[in-house]
Amino acid sequence: MSFFRKKVYACAGFYTVSLGTGRKEFHPKKPRPGIEHYIKEAGLGVIGQIKNPEHVDEGVIGNFIASRFCHQGNLGGFFPMVHPTFQYKPCMRVEGACDSGGLALVASVKTVLADLADVVVCLGVEVQNTVKAVYGADYLAAAGWYSGERKDGHAYFFPDQFSRRAGACFEKFGYDKIRPGMAQWYVNAIENARKNPKAQEYHNSNSDLHSTGMTAPSPKAFCEHINVFDCSKVSDGAAGLIFASEQGLEKIGVSKKDAVEVIAYAQVQDNLTTPPPDMTKLSTCETAARRAYERAGIQPRELGVLEVHDCFTVAGLLAVEAAGLAGYGEGADFVKEGNTALNGLIPTNTSGGLIGYGHPTGATGVRQAVDIVHQLSAKAGDYQVQVTPDRPYGMLSSMGGNDKTVVAMIFRKTN
Amino acid sequence: MDLDARLQNVTIIGAAGKMGSGIGVLIAQEMAKLKLKPENMKNVYRLNLIDVSEQALDGLRSYMKAQLVKAAEKSTVLLRGLYKDRKDLVENSDIINAFVDESTSVLNYGVDLGMAANSHLIFEAIFENEKAKIKIYKKLNRMCSTDTFYLTNTSSIPIGYLDENAGLGGRLIGYHFYNPPVVQRLVEVITANNTTEELKVAAGELGKRLRKKLVPANDISGFIGNGHFIRDGLHAIAEVDRIKSTFRYTGAVYVMNRITQDFLARPMGIFQLIDYVGIDVFQCILKVMRTHLPDDKLRSRLVDRMVKHEVLGGQYADGSQKDGFLKYEKNRPVGIYDIRKKDYFPISEEWRKRIDKKLGVLPEGYIPWRGLLMDSKKDEKLRLHFEQLKKMDTLGAEMACSFLRKTKEIAEGLVSRGVANSSEDVNAVLTNGFFWLYGPINEYI
Repeated sequence: MSFFRKKVYACAGFYTVSLGTGRKEFHPKKPRPGIEHYIKEAGLGVIGQIKNPEHVDEGVIGNFIASRFCHQGNLGGFFPMVHPTFQYKPCMRVEGACDSGGLALVASVKTVLADLADVVVCLGVEVQNTVKAVYGADYLAAAGWYSGERKDGHAYFFPDQFSRRAGACFEKFGYDKIRPGMAQWYVNAIENARKNPKAQEYHNSNSDLHSTGMTAPSPKAFCEHINVFDCSKVSDGAAGLIFASEQGLEKIGVSKKDAVEVIAYAQVQDNLTTPPPDMTKLSTCETAARRAYERAGIQPRELGVLEVHDCFTVAGLLAVEAAGLAGYGEGADFVKEGNTALNGLIPTNTSGGLIGYGHPTGATGVRQAVDIVHQLSAKAGDYQVQVTPDRPYGMLSSMGGNDKTVVAMIFRKTN
Repeated sequence: MDLDARLQNVTIIGAAGKMGSGIGVLIAQEMAKLKLKPENMKNVYRLNLIDVSEQALDGLRSYMKAQLVKAAEKSTVLLRGLYKDRKDLVENSDIINAFVDESTSVLNYGVDLGMAANSHLIFEAIFENEKAKIKIYKKLNRMCSTDTFYLTNTSSIPIGYLDENAGLGGRLIGYHFYNPPVVQRLVEVITANNTTEELKVAAGELGKRLRKKLVPANDISGFIGNGHFIRDGLHAIAEVDRIKSTFRYTGAVYVMNRITQDFLARPMGIFQLIDYVGIDVFQCILKVMRTHLPDDKLRSRLVDRMVKHEVLGGQYADGSQKDGFLKYEKNRPVGIYDIRKKDYFPISEEWRKRIDKKLGVLPEGYIPWRGLLMDSKKDEKLRLHFEQLKKMDTLGAEMACSFLRKTKEIAEGLVSRGVANSSEDVNAVLTNGFFWLYGPINEYI
């Protein structure tokens, strides 16, 4: 029996440019659009793809921490600003650190499944370039346990958490095995981003990405085991799509061929106050993926496309293992062998991922869903991969904190 | 007296200038770090920032605050360690603010030289005038302790000469920071014959703490940095004279600037660099060098005329470039000063193309300085660049090779005359202090 008791579709995906260092139009000292701009651009980008916006029932927006980056709360209140259809309809913001977007997806799907809505507009947004990275690191550290971890934590709290994971992997599996895999992850991310005009690294013209990826860490100024190229970007951006029931699709005038089916998800929470059980593994991501596969009734090898949360290159390697595509400790080799490249066995993070496209934290889970929808409905442009009938599935894995809050969602191409 | 003790009371004379203020930021941070050590809790730390006008000191106050914030932001990884026992300071912002408060609390601003009386370490960074410097040293020597160390930021005046005339008995050392001191890693260290061992040791230790690259230079006017730069500039000026019949004067300035910047892959062209330093400063250094060296070629009529026309270059308070040989918009050259018309000749696209055509193309695969800066294979790419340049039969390539040869000759002269101890030291000054990608003494030519 299917995990869902009714069909749920995703369609009308859209995301903004990920603005930040790397983009030619970005200048840290020049004024930039505020959070309202991004919400509106993404919202209208979605609504512009449907015929009857009056049939939208609800709005859900994922956001991590606009209250600090932008001094703005109550983000649900921006939906009626985006379009009058939202006036006096249910709208809300959901939060789960960098998985806020993932939770927005789940909240939207649940509402459709619960028969409380036929059409939900799901957005995600974050604007992070309002402060320097050293202060942004403070805000983002809220994804960890403030009173238990922050004081003894590093200036760059999250980069350090994953630097430690990289260190643990070096120790367990060997530096020479893992480090080049991390660099290859960086190479793939930038190469894919160069095909995506909205990616933060779209303008990157470095001719020797592998050497850049292998740059020695600088522990005095940053982290012990990772360099800045191992990290996702500080980004401003938003993303959005629609989740609808079968009737919902009809109401908004979207044909099934322009939509993809959501067939399963798993939302998994680990205890924020306990350390990760194993530094060389993303145990929560693994649980989420396993559960999502079980609910979808499919095997990892049936995936045609994958989106993982590569907030750091090492997280990318571990996420590929957690998704069941590479064995424990084998993620680096799997990536080095080209399996995750656009023309590889399982094209992963095809639009650049968090390192290439960018990581507007609250928008990321939604952006991942948009990319899966685009790939499965042949709308991915220059980074389109071939999705064959024997592998018609796409999965995203969205992670918050240090493997604490995870959503895995599986989509299927419509016939 | 060890360096820790000396760092309890420090004075900077000429503190509001671009060099003095940068040195101030570096020293304030060092003092704050010392102050944070548990064993120093009871000590009082003072950094006296002395300059001639209250107005200049007001500007210095805001500069110091902004720079100390910036420095603390860059050192947050380290600062979190220093504040690990302060339970109340949790976020980076808490720690940065605390450190900035700590560092600004040691600062003591004023116009009275008497404030320096209790200092055991005094930096002097006033303008390049030997009489003024000697006068100040004499005054300080009367009021300060007999073991006070003096560090001068002079970039051209012989240290032994200053020491002798001020009667400092070997307690003066040349400590030549590069602009801006907060960013530039290079410090040229110049010792005179009588510089005391203790001062040499303290200067070395201080350089380590400030994380500077110290390069020794001998006590010959101009030292390594200006010894090379001034002669390089004079050569470019001589070249302008030589080629002005072909390109006219304005075209010749453009050509030499472009040859040195693009063809030689330097961060800026030679005339832009002279503007950056200041044409009046260039003239002043020439004068000092001429006074102390038996070299009559150390003069330039063109530079004298530019100063007379009050076209001086240098920078505005916000760091943007003032007009000099070149006119700037958003720090990019848009015109060339026509010395006869006393006005700027605008660089039009058409004019530029016409001159560039005469020079010929750059080597295939040319990458500008900025593109090579972080490139791990830059040495190999530079080698290819110059190899191609040597084979090219264009005017631009020929002029570039000739300039490269002259630049090398100037650098080798510094070694042969004993200004620098080695080729490596000359190369270290040019790569660290002038951000060149390669040293002037190389195998490219």
